[in-house]
Amino acid sequence: MTVLRVMGIETEYGISVPGDPTANPMLLSGHVVNAYASARGSRTGQASWDYEDEMPLRDARGFEIPRQLADVTQLTDEEDPTLANVVLTNGARLYVDHAHPEYSSPEVTSPRAALCWDQAGEQIMLESVRRLSAVPGTAGVNLYKNNTDGKGASYGTHENYLMRRETPFSDITHHLIPFFVARQVMCGAGRVGIGQDSTSAGFQIAQRSDFFEVEVGLETTLKRPIINTRDEPHAVASLYRRLHVIIGDANQCDVAGLLKMGTTSLVLAMIEDQALDVDLSVRKPVSTLHAVSHDPSLQALIELRDGRTMTAVQLLWVYYEQAERYLQTRSPGAVDDDTAEVMSRWSRVLTKLERDPMECVREIDWVAKLALLQGYRDRDGLEWSDHRLKAIDIQWSDVRPEKGLFHRLAQRGRIEALTEDADVKAAISNPPEDTRAYFRGRCLEKYPTEIAAASWDSVIFDVPGQRSLQRVPMLEPLRGTRAGVGDLIDRSPDASTLLLELAAARS
Amino acid sequence: MPSQEHSRTQRRDETPEEVPEPNAASPEASARKDALDDDIDSVLDEIDGVLESNAEEFVRGFVQKGGQ
Repeated sequence: MTVLRVMGIETEYGISVPGDPTANPMLLSGHVVNAYASARGSRTGQASWDYEDEMPLRDARGFEIPRQLADVTQLTDEEDPTLANVVLTNGARLYVDHAHPEYSSPEVTSPRAALCWDQAGEQIMLESVRRLSAVPGTAGVNLYKNNTDGKGASYGTHENYLMRRETPFSDITHHLIPFFVARQVMCGAGRVGIGQDSTSAGFQIAQRSDFFEVEVGLETTLKRPIINTRDEPHAVASLYRRLHVIIGDANQCDVAGLLKMGTTSLVLAMIEDQALDVDLSVRKPVSTLHAVSHDPSLQALIELRDGRTMTAVQLLWVYYEQAERYLQTRSPGAVDDDTAEVMSRWSRVLTKLERDPMECVREIDWVAKLALLQGYRDRDGLEWSDHRLKAIDIQWSDVRPEKGLFHRLAQRGRIEALTEDADVKAAISNPPEDTRAYFRGRCLEKYPTEIAAASWDSVIFDVPGQRSLQRVPMLEPLRGTRAGVGDLIDRSPDASTLLLELAAARS
Repeated sequence: MPSQEHSRTQRRDETPEEVPEPNAASPEASARKDALDDDIDSVLDEIDGVLESNAEEFVRGFVQKGGQ
């Protein structure tokens, strides 16, 4: 068992124009995407998105909802020419999702790589902010790596995990709902305000929790479910499913981000191997999710269906111990470094959270944010309803290192970093080498004018002299790696050579 | 939940041995922690300098449309 699997992070950014709350966010988000893309000489229409394999209305429970019954925000596969959408040389997708700029990371195989390419996305957003602020006569655009405006609107940070198709979806929901109710204590980003529109004053652990209203469902923009059932594998559908996790917060703390991806991947591995021999079903998952988020002392009790009660940390210890036991029995002495790191961080963080949550001030977003807010409260005697505390909550996630309060704390050495700046910088331009994102990114980098469109599972070439477009399907996420196609791309000066070589290799 | 309670306690007790945390116990780390505590005033001073000057207007102006 391992934390390693194909995974990725999609991050929607909050967007605003200083002094102009009425600015059109769709248009602004388009500017953000175009500012980055045009600086690299690519028009957003040049390598556009290939929607052929998108199935946003396919449900993992085995049905499809009719298009006319779908909410318009669920129709994510219809091309809108006014909305910008580019595929980047690092294999990521940068586009406008509803009213937010979104960066969807390339497929990676480890939690550490997921952090690295997600942070590359933050650097890309920062570059757009810089470019737009330099446009004369405009107020510029600010971007925030958060998930709510505190006034009733939320936007997502989604995780994707490739899983085996044969795993029954009911097993996933059964074991993941309790885990997701509790997971926020390790990876919530912290929020000032209780309730979707902050009707009550106070601090809570997670940005997103109050926006979840049902246990299981297909929606992502309304009646959000703890378990999202979108069944859009972007891979061989008979072999794989892509678990689309919509309940997480955008993390800036590396340790919290590592634990979010790593512990979830481990729980999924145990579900796939039917290794969990505990039933932690929660009696009222949705209201409990909210209650856990609303109690930064971490004493809130989770009531299980079998009558037991435990705190979120105690519940996470059960998952931890299941994972530890499974690792010992299934792969004694053969635990890879990434898995060992996640396990050791996991137990260390749970130990600290249990003793005193504030001990995680260097590791977990909500704790670091709460410590700063509490510093202000202590010094200035502020109530939770004070505008200054709400302003700190928002400005915490400003992507600009000189304005973002998280970044200011990180610069002072108050946050534990796991990623290297040089690695993140490289990930802005370069794809991961061990997934199909390598093929996608390298082709975009080397043959930009010969690519008509690309998607997670295809690259479509428009080769001079060929009457029809050439579509290269990429339905195996672990094919198209550097080991597989690196030499081929290196020695192909143009796309037609590459396609001939690919055809020859196939026959 | 006797089994969970037991294993949790056991876990908590054995964790320092199994997963030594070099920073927590070392003198440099405690010195650094003290330094961080002393540092909070200067952190707040620094944040004062970058925090939006009109907090109320800034908060009111941060209006988002819902996303996914």
